[in-house]
Amino acid sequence: MPDINLQALPGLLMLGLVNGSFYAILSLGLAVIFGLLGVVNFAHGALYMIGAYAAWYINDRWNISYWWALLVGPLLVGALGVVIERVFLKRLYKLDPLYGLLLTFGIALVLQGVFLQYYGSSGQSYSPPDQLSGATDLGFMVLPNYRAWVVLASLGICLGTWFMIERTQLGALLRAGTENPALVQAFGVNVPLMVTLTYAGGCALAGFAGVLSSAVTQVNPLMGANLIIVVFAVVVIGGMGSIMGSIVTGLALGLIEKLPIVLGYPEASNIVVFVIMAIVLMIRPAGLFGKEK
Amino acid sequence: MNWLGQGTERAGKIAWIVALAFLLVAPFVGVYPIFVAQALCFAIFAMAFNLLLGYTGLLSFGHAAFFGGAAYVTAWLLQEKHLTPELALLGGVAGAAVAGAVVGAIAIRRQGIYFAMVTLALSQMLFFFFLQASFTGGENGLNGIERGKLFGLIPLDNDLTLYFFVLAIFVGVFLLVLRIVHSPYGQVLKAIRENEPRAISLGYNVDRYKLLAFVLSASLAGLGGALKVVVMHLATLGDVRWEQSGEVILMTLLGGLGTFAGPAVGAFVVVGLQNYLSDRAGSWTTVIIGAIFVLCVVAFRKGFVGELLAWQKRRARKA
Repeated sequence: MPDINLQALPGLLMLGLVNGSFYAILSLGLAVIFGLLGVVNFAHGALYMIGAYAAWYINDRWNISYWWALLVGPLLVGALGVVIERVFLKRLYKLDPLYGLLLTFGIALVLQGVFLQYYGSSGQSYSPPDQLSGATDLGFMVLPNYRAWVVLASLGICLGTWFMIERTQLGALLRAGTENPALVQAFGVNVPLMVTLTYAGGCALAGFAGVLSSAVTQVNPLMGANLIIVVFAVVVIGGMGSIMGSIVTGLALGLIEKLPIVLGYPEASNIVVFVIMAIVLMIRPAGLFGKEK
Repeated sequence: MNWLGQGTERAGKIAWIVALAFLLVAPFVGVYPIFVAQALCFAIFAMAFNLLLGYTGLLSFGHAAFFGGAAYVTAWLLQEKHLTPELALLGGVAGAAVAGAVVGAIAIRRQGIYFAMVTLALSQMLFFFFLQASFTGGENGLNGIERGKLFGLIPLDNDLTLYFFVLAIFVGVFLLVLRIVHSPYGQVLKAIRENEPRAISLGYNVDRYKLLAFVLSASLAGLGGALKVVVMHLATLGDVRWEQSGEVILMTLLGGLGTFAGPAVGAFVVVGLQNYLSDRAGSWTTVIIGAIFVLCVVAFRKGFVGELLAWQKRRARKA
């Protein structure tokens, strides 16, 4: 019987929730992009990394407030997204969607390689702003304020994105564009612009996650590479059809990932998402929230 | 059908004979045999990969797991069990086949882009397994592996002997893949690539065909990785990383997706480029490889062999 470590349980679950928040934002961004463009954005991890570097630069190098980083980081990454879409991706829409994956894979290699060149593989870190540092004693656990902030901010941005897509006029256009771009174009909507902005928006979400993560993890050029593969597994488990599905799956898997540690098998923590993916594929190939074709 | 593509039968045969002749004399005209042997291992890997992507239309983003996994098994069999190289190679291939059967059975439940993500995720799982398993040497990998004596008789320590051993295996794999692609089985694979619902409606058990293609591809990829251990004396984590899976895609794409010769050509180009760049560009190599990837997808999708075939076709039409 392995030792079940109940003392560490709340702390671990909090950590799982933080990771789950990142999975949620990243898989949400992937789902939004995939919905309209039919492209699986392999560069998502690299863009997340760039968001984190932007935050580190703004906070640590230039000593500008964290709150500015939260705004500038996503905008910067979104702008990079505009460039990627306009210069490269738009040439591929008529081709097999696999080419989009390969293209963004190449872009990810380039971005990651450039950062490796300038910053090496060692990590940078800085402390969260004063308003968010410290911890709150909840009685049953000590909650680091920044972690609570990460979870709240992520939930906020996820729900905001969900609201925008499912409940507003703009979102309705977006959903219509996903179903039938030619028809939406015929109604006088500038679909190419919509596509560009959607890609940029998805990228900005990755940048936002990067900024949030920069004060809880080491900022290094490879931080996005390994994360994105887990997020791919999350996306396969959830299915990319549903916005809410992406959010729920992301959070849930972040939590589940910590279970092996609680049960005393920390080595299994790295692979638990992949194992769940394999099981889901056996039982429900379209994913938990996906539609069977 | 012919070796290089339609309408180029004779030119194709001549090209292969010239290439083989070059490979036979290469070590005697000043080409470093270990370099060519290494490139041949990657050529086997790329041909195996193309069997799946080019002929069946399945993009596996996790083939490094089979390449590097077989490398670990072979290295371990050579170093710890002191088996002869041919048995160690067989062991590696068997390991890759088993892994391929498991990964393939799960992955073929999804198609297209999801298939790519599933194979990537499963290969990452195997990566963590290899990182933590005791027989792989973890971060350090397995080094200083003796090549041993082939069939217990012929020592492979001599680079020239080794070179011809690798070349013989390459030619064997080449003929095998050629046979597979042109067999009735290969025709069914192409039918699945072109129109899967139609293949199903014609009564083919598509999943079984796909799984067999996956296992064959994984096994041959494993053979490439296992052979590389014998050539280079080591097995490392680098061989099972996702970057390696990306690299074999690049080789196939650069050489010519779905062409028979393309992947082997692409393997030589990429391995040559990496050797060339590692001295001159150092850590910029990844950036350059990534940039070539992007360029290739945007502007050079046919690859070298594909462009050559298209050029020949244009010329034939003019004549």
